[in-house]
Amino acid sequence: MTLTRTILAVAAVGVAAMLACHGAGAAESESPPQLKWSFAGPFGLYDEAQLQRGFKVYREVCQNCHGLSLLAFYNLADPGGPGYSAAQATAIAGEYQVTDGPNDQGEMFQRPGRAADHFPPPFPNEQAARVRYNAVPPDFSVIAKARTYERGFPWFVIDMVSQYQEHGVDYIAAYVNGYEDAPSGFNLPDGSYYNKYFPGHSTAMPKPLVDGQVDYTDGTPAKGEQYAKDVSAFLMWVAEPHLEARKRIGFQVMIFLIVFAGLLYFTKKKVWAEVGGHA
Amino acid sequence: MTTTSSAEPTRRDFIYIMTGAVAAAGAVAAAVPLIAQMNPDASTIAAGAPIDVDLGPIAEGQIIKVFWRGKPIFIGHRSKKEIDEARAIDWRTLPDPQPDQARVKDGKDQWLVLVGICTHLGCIPLAHQGDYDGWFCPCHGSQYDTSGRIRRGPAPANLPLPPYEFVSDTKVRIG
Amino acid sequence: MSGHSTYQPQSRFMKWFEARLPIAGLIHSSFVAYPTPRNLNYWWTFGGILSFMLGVQFVTGIVLAMHYTPHVDHAFNSVEHIMRDVNYGWLLRYLHANGASMFFLAGYIHVFRGLYYGSYKDPREVLWILGVILLLLMIATGFMGYVLPWGQMSFWAATVITNLFSAIPLVGESVVTWLWGGYSVGNPTLNRFYSLHYLLPFVIAGVVLLHVWALHVAGQNNPAGIDAKAKQDTVAFTPYATIKDAFFLVCFCVLYAWFVFYVPNYMGHADNYIQANPQVTPTHIVPEWYYLPFYAILRAIPSKLGGVTMLLASIAILAFVPWLDTSRVKSASYRPLYRQFFWIFVLVCVGLGWLGSKPAEGGYVIAARILTAWYFIHFVIILPLLGLFETPKPLPSSISEAVLREGVPIGASGPAPGRDKARP
Repeated sequence: MTLTRTILAVAAVGVAAMLACHGAGAAESESPPQLKWSFAGPFGLYDEAQLQRGFKVYREVCQNCHGLSLLAFYNLADPGGPGYSAAQATAIAGEYQVTDGPNDQGEMFQRPGRAADHFPPPFPNEQAARVRYNAVPPDFSVIAKARTYERGFPWFVIDMVSQYQEHGVDYIAAYVNGYEDAPSGFNLPDGSYYNKYFPGHSTAMPKPLVDGQVDYTDGTPAKGEQYAKDVSAFLMWVAEPHLEARKRIGFQVMIFLIVFAGLLYFTKKKVWAEVGGHA
Repeated sequence: MTTTSSAEPTRRDFIYIMTGAVAAAGAVAAAVPLIAQMNPDASTIAAGAPIDVDLGPIAEGQIIKVFWRGKPIFIGHRSKKEIDEARAIDWRTLPDPQPDQARVKDGKDQWLVLVGICTHLGCIPLAHQGDYDGWFCPCHGSQYDTSGRIRRGPAPANLPLPPYEFVSDTKVRIG
Repeated sequence: MSGHSTYQPQSRFMKWFEARLPIAGLIHSSFVAYPTPRNLNYWWTFGGILSFMLGVQFVTGIVLAMHYTPHVDHAFNSVEHIMRDVNYGWLLRYLHANGASMFFLAGYIHVFRGLYYGSYKDPREVLWILGVILLLLMIATGFMGYVLPWGQMSFWAATVITNLFSAIPLVGESVVTWLWGGYSVGNPTLNRFYSLHYLLPFVIAGVVLLHVWALHVAGQNNPAGIDAKAKQDTVAFTPYATIKDAFFLVCFCVLYAWFVFYVPNYMGHADNYIQANPQVTPTHIVPEWYYLPFYAILRAIPSKLGGVTMLLASIAILAFVPWLDTSRVKSASYRPLYRQFFWIFVLVCVGLGWLGSKPAEGGYVIAARILTAWYFIHFVIILPLLGLFETPKPLPSSISEAVLREGVPIGASGPAPGRDKARP
C-alpha cells in the first residue's frame, strides 16, 4: 500500500512538473497537420504514380536550387521506387549534363549523364549557391529524415507504438504551403518571407509552388497542395529508398520471432517440468 | 545434472526438435545479409555497366587501352599484315590452342578486343613488343602474338576476350 | 570456477584434445553443469541478453567497417552509400544504431536489477566494480560511434564533450588540443575516434570475461538474496537457465526488431541527417537518450568544472555502493523501506533523462538541480542510513524453501502473503 501510494505521489508530481515546464517552454512554431501517406504504417507502400508526379515537380521547380546528390539515375529504376524502367532511367540521365574529366588536354568537360551518375549539383560550390537568396538551399537527398517537429508528451510515447515516422514529410508539405502574410507587429527581416511552420517563422525561400505550375498528365488536380504532397512523397522515397523492403522483411522477422518465442516458451515449460516447474 | 532420456524420441521431444529447427532456420536467415553485404554493391554494379567505345579515331596498327570494371581492355585496329601473321601459324601447336578466327567477330577481323591482363600473374603486357609482333609482359617475360595468344613464357593461357559486341561499324560496346 | 570438471569427453578425438587444451571442460563446467539458483526470475536473463547484444554490435560493426570511410569529406556520404547501395546495408546500419540503444536499455535494466537485489554485496564487490567499468567503456564506445556518421549532432556532440576536458585545471586546454589532434574537432579527431571505436569493444569483451569469471567464483545472486546451500537449491545452467535466457532474449529481439524495421529513426535525431557544419550550431544539442540523465546532471551545476566533476561522480559513485549500503539483507524483496526508495530512485533517473532533453532554462534547471541532489542523496545518505534503521522482513531459510513452500518462510513471525513470494 505504502509503496503504491509513494509511487503514485511521485509520478503525479513528475507529470505536474512536466506539464508545468512544458507550458513555460519557448515560443514554438505551429505543429504541421498529420497527412495520410501511402507509405505510412507497417504495410505502407510507395505510390509509384505519386513518386513520378513528385519527381516531375522536383525537376520543374525545385531542381534549379536544390541538389539530389546522393541519388543516382539508376535508382529511378529500383524496385520499391517510382517504377521507371532501366531504359527510362538511362534516358533521364542523358537529359542532364555531368562534369567529367580531365580530358587529354587537361580540361574538365561536360557530357550527358549515364545511369551510374548521381544527379549533378545545381551549383558548383556553396558560395555560388548562397548568392541568390543569401542562404544555401539544402540538398534534398535526406531532407525528409532531416526535418522534424516537437511532438510533446504523450505523443512521442504513442508514436513508438503507432509507428509514426512521417514527421519530415508532414513538416515539408506544411512548410511549402505555409506561406502567409506576417501578422502585424512581427519583425520580418528584408529578403525573408513569413512561414507559419518554419521555426522562427522567417524563411529565406519565397513561396515555391502555385496552382497550375506543373502539368499533371494523369488527371490529378494540379494544385499547390497536391504538388506539396507529391514532392514530399518523392523526397521520402529519396531519403528511404528501401522502405518497402524494410517493412516487408520486418513483417517476416516479427512473425518468425513471435513463433520462435512461443516455441521457446513451451520448451522452457517442458524443461522446467522435470524439476518441479516454475522459475 | 538432469538425465537426458535415452528412450526413443517421444511426442515430448517434438517441441525440442521444432524449436531447434526454427532456431537453425533463423541462424541461416540471419547469415544471409552478413554474407550478401560483401558482394558488389549497387554503385559498383552500375559503374561496371557496359561502355561504348568509338572506333573511328583508332588508326590502323594502333592499339588503345580503355578501362572497364577496373580492368584494362586492349582495342587493336590490326593491319592486314598482322592478321596474316596471326593466321599463318598452325594454331594447334600453340601452348593454348585457339584459331585467330575464334578471337574476333565475324567480318570484323581487324578489330581485336582483349582483356589486357597477363594470364600468368596479372601484370599489364606492353603493346608492339616481343618477338611475335604482339605483346610482351615485362614481369616474367611472357610473349603474346598479334592475336593475343601466348607463344612463349610462363603464362598458361591466351589473353582473354571480354564480353563485347558491335553496336555499329564504328562503335563497340564492352560488357 | 571449480578445479576439476564433471565433463567426460566421449570421443577419442575429444579425449586427446581435452588433455592438451581443456577448453571443452571449461565450457562444460561454466555453462553446462554450473549450478544456478533455481529461483532466478527473468531479470536475470539480461546478462545473457547483453552478451548477445555485444555480439550483434561486433558483427554489424565489423561489416559496416568494410564500407565506411573515416574522412570528414566522405564519412556522411559513405554512411548513405551503405544505406542505399550496399546489399542489406540499410539493415546493417539500422541494426547497429538501434543495437546501441538496445545495448544500453539492457545494460541499465541489468544495473537496476543489481541495485534492487543487492547483487553488489559481499562477495560480489569486484564483480560489481567490473560492471561499472563496463558501463564506462560502453559510454565511451557509444559516444565515439555516434560521431562517425559525421552529422550535425555527431560533430557538435564531439565538440561539446571534448570541450568538457578544458575544465581540468592547468592542463585542460592542452588535453583538449591533444584529444582533437588540432585546434577544433576535425579530421584527425574523426580518424582517432574510428580507431578507438573499433578497439574499445575488444576491451569490453575482455572485461566481460573477467566479469563472468568473477561471477562464477561467487555464483549467481538470486531474488531471495540468500546463498544457495543445499543441492536442491540449484539446477544445472544448461538446460534450465539456458532455455530461460533464450526465451527472454527472443522476446527482447521482438522489441529490437520493432525499432529496426518499423521505427528505425525514432531514437535518433533528425539533425544527424544534416552533414556536419562547423559554422552552424543546431538549436538544441542533445545526446542520445542513454546519455540524457548524465547530460542533465552536467548542466544542472552552474560551474563548468563542477558539472564535469558531478557527471563523473554520478558514475563513479556506483563503484562505492557495496560499501555505502550498510544493510545485511541483500534483496529488496525483504527490505520494504529500501524498495520504496529504489523506485523513487528509478523515477529520479527517468526524470533526469527527460530533463536532459529539454533546454537548460527556467523551471527545467531547477528541477534538474533537485533531481541531481536526490540522485546523490540516495547513494550517500539514504543507502547508508537505511541499513542502520530499516527492519527487514524475515528471510527464508533456504532458496528451495522460498520456492517450494510458495514463499511462506519457516519461522516467519506472522503471515507474509504475496509480497515475499520469490516470484519469477
